[in-house]
Amino acid sequence: MGKTLVDKIWDAHVVKAVGGNLEVFYIDRHLIHEVTSPQAFDELAARGLTLYNPAQIVATADHNVPTRNQHLPIQDPLSRSQVDKLTENCARHGVELFGLGHEYQGIVHVIGPELGITQPGMTIVCGDSHTSTHGAFGAIAFGIGTSQVTQVMASQCLLISRPKRMRITVERQLRRGVTAKDLILHVIAQLGTGGATGYFVEYAGSAIRALSMEGRMTVCNMSIEMGARGGLIAPDVTTFSYLKGRPYAPQGEQWEQAVAYWQTLFSDADAAFDTELHFDAGGISPMITYGTNPGMGMVLNGSIPLQVLESETVSFNKSLQYMGFAPGESLLGKQINYVFIGSCTNSRIEDLRAVAAYVKGKHKAAHVEAIIVPGSKQVEKQAIAEGLDQVLTAAGFELREPGCSACLAMNDDKIPAGAYCVSTSNRNFEGRQGPGARTLLASPLVAAITAVEGRIVDITKYLN
Amino acid sequence: MEKFQTLRSTAVPLPIENIDTDQIIPARFLKATTREGFGANLFSDWRYTADGQPKESFVLNDARYGGKILLGGKNFGCGSSREHAAWALYDAGFKVVISSYFADIFRGNALNTGLLPLQVSDEILQRLFAQVELDPQTQLVVDLPTQTLTVPVWEESIGFDLDPYKKECLINGYDDIDFLLNQKAAIAAYEQQRPWAY
Ligand code: SF4
Repeated sequence: MGKTLVDKIWDAHVVKAVGGNLEVFYIDRHLIHEVTSPQAFDELAARGLTLYNPAQIVATADHNVPTRNQHLPIQDPLSRSQVDKLTENCARHGVELFGLGHEYQGIVHVIGPELGITQPGMTIVCGDSHTSTHGAFGAIAFGIGTSQVTQVMASQCLLISRPKRMRITVERQLRRGVTAKDLILHVIAQLGTGGATGYFVEYAGSAIRALSMEGRMTVCNMSIEMGARGGLIAPDVTTFSYLKGRPYAPQGEQWEQAVAYWQTLFSDADAAFDTELHFDAGGISPMITYGTNPGMGMVLNGSIPLQVLESETVSFNKSLQYMGFAPGESLLGKQINYVFIGSCTNSRIEDLRAVAAYVKGKHKAAHVEAIIVPGSKQVEKQAIAEGLDQVLTAAGFELREPGCSACLAMNDDKIPAGAYCVSTSNRNFEGRQGPGARTLLASPLVAAITAVEGRIVDITKYLN
Repeated sequence: MEKFQTLRSTAVPLPIENIDTDQIIPARFLKATTREGFGANLFSDWRYTADGQPKESFVLNDARYGGKILLGGKNFGCGSSREHAAWALYDAGFKVVISSYFADIFRGNALNTGLLPLQVSDEILQRLFAQVELDPQTQLVVDLPTQTLTVPVWEESIGFDLDPYKKECLINGYDDIDFLLNQKAAIAAYEQQRPWAY
């Protein structure tokens, strides 16, 4: 019997099985950031341990950094102390750091791929649940807690059990105006926020293969929002051409060897999955969320469900009350005051291009505050080189400096209580974008159109 | 990590599904660089008004309820991987969370913190909510060695699953680092024979 892609990579990383379902599992790359690493470094010190291999770790400052005046000292003393601590820890332990001011700084899940640090067949972890993003390259990548960060630091391994395997096949073409973000919001709305708990998801099918690497990252990024341990896509020519020539990608003869190996990374035709699901890309429409978890999504011009299962009613009502919406309501025409384009889901160059292409020659509505936060210094540089900054600024959008920003509102980029924000990020949890903030998740295109219109509109008529 | 054997306690009911770790501990409280003190901000936005007053309607502010066991709705701990969520629960005095479903990362983080994620069926969970809401003084007994949850007023014991290794860890207060550090030879041997080295 053939093997799934997950099993191929998994098997290649088992150091040993230790009874029960647990295995000592080897990690190739460990990404760290300022929020979930300080306690891990302290724990190492408390136990008198050193890093197993600093060369397998890469660090950046992203979660709580300001998105204005990054050349100045950070004003918030707590944020500053976390970033300083990261800098000290990296210097002390010999870890490569792309800190503030570095040309490679950015959101951890944006910089790994764009620098070629993320490669097919690897195992990659980070103390952040959206590590699943890196699965777009055919890697096993998943988020871990701080205790596990310490474990990988100390041993380059984790003690974990093998996930179940799910394959989500999406065939046919996405329609005009329907993006990778809509595809994944659609899937999550179908499965629900816990629908893939315990699984690693492989995305397959012609609609997935047709996506750019940016689109594939958007899809894999949100795997965790349906509870999956991770998501991945078999590497192909799109993957290889994206990686070729990136600073940390293999070069020369090593590149040839790498590609030869990467070409073996696919699920065999007779591989068995624990669950298989099929979707028709042609049936997917632009999406938006109306509730307080990413599974509460609907077609942009649809209506909020009138009722849900009895067991879910309390949570459903609580959620709608928080959002200020009623069962059965349509969101079309709702006034929106904030638009956030950014986060590891949608802050790559392709996202900025999509927004710029739409807003060129238009202007945001007067009552809307629209901010665009590029995922990294490299994205920012590229956007400027292409003149996107001019287009965006002329349209009244504010282009900020890279970081997680209003995705989790640890810095000053917060949405006020009660205000609605159409956001390209991945979580609409209560208070995610600031206490009381109301988040509606959508694609960069929907976000751009909303900013210009100042309210939620059916985008189909804007697409020509 | 503290050892865990048996716990007898009342429970606090929070019958909401999909409680995400952003609710358990909002991101703005993650700026600390130590593990301690997160309990004060546990469920902060549900527990306090914007000006810091306790919200009477929230169960942690309800004097009738208390104890070291939290009863949570299905899919508890989804969302962010922040281990701070487990630390906050533990720091606030909880030793056990009972739910009918735990998100994967939270389950791992809880076990690494010494907090027991105890999974029961949907039906048992609903009965527990009803029981505790009917009588907040209801005692629950969690016995780790026998992997049972006993509800004395029901005269009933319910078994629960737990990985045997994780069970040993909790009972003895060990964690995975101790185990992994003992595997150095195997890890070095693995690195020698890897089919592909990055
Ligand atoms: S952008 Fe948001 S989801 Fe992505 S790593 Fe940062 S905080 Fe997490």
